[in-house]
Amino acid sequence: MNTRKILANSYIWILLILLYAPMVIIAIFSFTEAKVLGNWTGFSTRLYENLLSGGVSSGLIQAIKNTLIIGIISAVLATILGGISAIGIHHMIGRKKRVINFCNSIPMLNPDIITGISLFLLFVALGVTQGYTTVVLAHVTFCTPYVILSVMPKLKQMNDGIYEAALDLGATPAIALRKVILPQIRPGLISGFILSFTLSIDDFAVTLFTKGNEGLETLSTFIYADARKGGLTPELRPLMTIIFVVVLVLLIGINLFTHKQKEKQ
Amino acid sequence: MRLFRRSAWALPYSIFLMIFVVAPMIIVALYAFGFREGHFTLQHFVKFCQTPEDYRTFVYSIEIAIITTVFCLLIGYPAAWIMANSKLHRSKVTVLLFILPMWINMLIRTLATVALFDFVHAPLGESALIFGMVYNFLPFMIYPIYNVLLKMDPSYSEAAQDLGASPWKVFWKVTVPLSFPGIMSGILMVFMPTISTFAVAELLTMNKIKLFGTTIQENINSGMWNYGAALAMIMLLIIGITMLFSKENDETEKGGLL
Amino acid sequence: MNDHIIEVKHLSKSFGDKKVLDDISFYIKKGEFITFLGPSGCGKTTLLRMIAGFLQPDEGTILMDGQDIAPLPPHRRELNTVFQRYALFPHLDVYENIAFGLKLKGIPEKEIDQRVRRVLKLVAMSDYEDRDIDTLSGGQQQRIAIARAIVNQPKILLLDEPLAALDLKMRKDMQIELKEMHRKLGITFIYVTHDQEEALTLSDTIVVMNEGKIQQIGTPVDIYNEPVNCFVADFIGESNILKGRMLRDRRVAFIKHEFDCVDEGFGEDVPVDVVVRPEDIYFTKDPEKCQFKAKVNSCIFKGVHYEMWVDTDTGYELMIQDYDPYPVGSEVWLYIDPDDIQVMKKERTCNVFEGIVKSPEAITIFGEDFPLACEFEPGTHVRVEVPFRGIDLMDNLDDGILEGEVHFILYKGDHYHLTVKTTSGDFVWVDTNDIWDKGDLVGVTVKAETVTVTKADL
Repeated sequence: MNTRKILANSYIWILLILLYAPMVIIAIFSFTEAKVLGNWTGFSTRLYENLLSGGVSSGLIQAIKNTLIIGIISAVLATILGGISAIGIHHMIGRKKRVINFCNSIPMLNPDIITGISLFLLFVALGVTQGYTTVVLAHVTFCTPYVILSVMPKLKQMNDGIYEAALDLGATPAIALRKVILPQIRPGLISGFILSFTLSIDDFAVTLFTKGNEGLETLSTFIYADARKGGLTPELRPLMTIIFVVVLVLLIGINLFTHKQKEKQ
Repeated sequence: MRLFRRSAWALPYSIFLMIFVVAPMIIVALYAFGFREGHFTLQHFVKFCQTPEDYRTFVYSIEIAIITTVFCLLIGYPAAWIMANSKLHRSKVTVLLFILPMWINMLIRTLATVALFDFVHAPLGESALIFGMVYNFLPFMIYPIYNVLLKMDPSYSEAAQDLGASPWKVFWKVTVPLSFPGIMSGILMVFMPTISTFAVAELLTMNKIKLFGTTIQENINSGMWNYGAALAMIMLLIIGITMLFSKENDETEKGGLL
Repeated sequence: MNDHIIEVKHLSKSFGDKKVLDDISFYIKKGEFITFLGPSGCGKTTLLRMIAGFLQPDEGTILMDGQDIAPLPPHRRELNTVFQRYALFPHLDVYENIAFGLKLKGIPEKEIDQRVRRVLKLVAMSDYEDRDIDTLSGGQQQRIAIARAIVNQPKILLLDEPLAALDLKMRKDMQIELKEMHRKLGITFIYVTHDQEEALTLSDTIVVMNEGKIQQIGTPVDIYNEPVNCFVADFIGESNILKGRMLRDRRVAFIKHEFDCVDEGFGEDVPVDVVVRPEDIYFTKDPEKCQFKAKVNSCIFKGVHYEMWVDTDTGYELMIQDYDPYPVGSEVWLYIDPDDIQVMKKERTCNVFEGIVKSPEAITIFGEDFPLACEFEPGTHVRVEVPFRGIDLMDNLDDGILEGEVHFILYKGDHYHLTVKTTSGDFVWVDTNDIWDKGDLVGVTVKAETVTVTKADL
């Protein structure tokens, strides 16, 4: 039995090594100044300094800023829109409900290139100049369905009568929503928000088609443009390393947190 | 009084969906079928059939997608199975480690793969492409299969053993069939994106190999919107067929493992 | 050879610190219906899974037909299991589920077909071959699970609480069918349940288990009429369990009266436990027959009989079951036949603890210091005897020297006899008139004046 265990675990570890090798290599070589990846010209944190000072790579810094801002705005809008709409859809019946559910699932099922092209053509047809606004609208379009997807299960679990009970006790719909429904769906809203934010900062194809020609770049589009020019801008190495470490820490942190929560119960 | 009816709360979103989801799709269809020029025509689809470069790219993309999916399945299923099997593997951290890459920007992941290949002085090309695709999408295959295997009732395996099945037989006759919903999920989550990516291919093959997504992108960017829209509809067709196929399998499979 | 199809010798199994099976030994005769009966956690399911092959014992051997089956994996043992939640394969229909084991053996199609149809008839589910599993009701799934097991013609059928998920009526019907099946098939049935009525109905032999140990093995009649200890007496059927004194052979005293009984060999003037079933206490109007008097406290109609609680003239509470009711508050005359009095040896007459003298004022027991004065040198191993009345239980955990949980409650007519399990896993026995619930957390102290300390022989 022991050999089976060893074989099995080796398989996993080999896979993981292959999976992480690229990022590890980049992380290692983020600590050297060489222009070409693979040359080790001695330990140095110059690239990090360059990155954070914004000198050489102001375009990159701006792209990061854009990515984060668009991400937060889109996530907030998607969460609000999705939260309210989920409640609405939950109380619909029959054909109308099926239609809206179908339309809602289209952005989730469509490949991002199709979403990108279709929105591009829409904006062209509407005669709208493409830039920040169009990108945010596009992101909200593909994030909201996921918020609805996160909130629906919570609504289904919830006892529907509590809303009417609140109205009966004198609350207006707004107050009832805030004090009674919101607490119940909060976990769904939170996970929907996180999901939206992640989808937004991760997005490439949709942003590419809706960003217009005025120089708006997000991290993904910047990297794409940069990589097409040939070679990897050295400052991208420390950036990728930082992102990698942040995600790693976040994931482990979240998991430890939920683990502790479960143990409390 | 109307606001009190909560079903009305979905109204704003319904309008939003009309504008930003339904209308764009209709516009794509309109372009594809030539309405921009004023009348219904299939000429753009015909053009596709008449341009060998384009339909060969299309077929090639499907090939690559199938190869990627198959590799992901062959590599990913054992990994998911090992991690779900607490007799073999105790740690929950490894699942996290497999999921982590999903949260890192795909372009970054792809560039990292390019860097790896550069570092090892391996040439970029088709094998790099397939490696890169599998590398990118492997977690999407592992995660659903892992989840299904984790939730599976151990008494099915025990019942099969009790009835005389050796561990090997138990795996093929009980475990795999019952994990089918997870497998279908994984296949969908890998096959569909691989059909439609384009950046990955460009970066991993230094533009030497073109995938269908790139073709579409090029056409749109150079103003050939009608043709591009037609190509997009062809891609949608493939996606639609794949989903119908998986829905059918979902219903015939009595996998009550939700 | 002998007709023992299963022989289990000195079987033990622990999960971490917990000993789940403690030196179990028994045999099973070929063709009998034997039931392992006990409360949850007594080890019965662990034992069954060991016989099936899903668990390995820490110590001991399991022999089937004289062969040690421990090295055999489950798929090579010639027995089949009916699982508690059926475990029918959802991706196969009824026919394929049943045929699963046969196909693995390489049996030809035609014979598989015959056997499947025959067994479906046996469980009264013919015509269900093509059905999907999720269209079947609980009772139907149960039958298919049984069919799937017996179609392989195993030497032994293992059943793990198979009727637990069914409602009462269905359960009773299935019990009758199971018994019929056993009769028809003639193979050995090993059954596990916590339902004592079920065990009494179905079995040829019952093995009563508790805390990983076998309490008693016998036929249903034996176990019911002659339980060997308080646990069995309390677990099976309703009973009055009372503190008594064996005066001499065939003469016992309890509830402060003397009675003739049929048990011998306990000695003279020995403390014992006495069991009298509620249906064995009779009412009489004949002063010659009356052995003692009592006042009726409550009378409840239970359908088949009336259940009454009475206070005897000597201050003991008894439960009586009778076909006729007697009004609350009335004085009644009662008697018990010598045959119906079951005398049991007392497992212990007082608590006996091992302690180490810490100082002239304190002795350490179970890791805690008790304020008990004694004359021995610090460090001496001593034997501390504490009578059941000498232990005090406190609501407030801090008021006690030890902490524990009420593990088992036995009503003895005029007081409660509790088993308390301390946080260190040791047992303490307490007599008290206070009412506690199973699972209550208590603080444990000792009344120093009741304690006897003697030097331990090492």
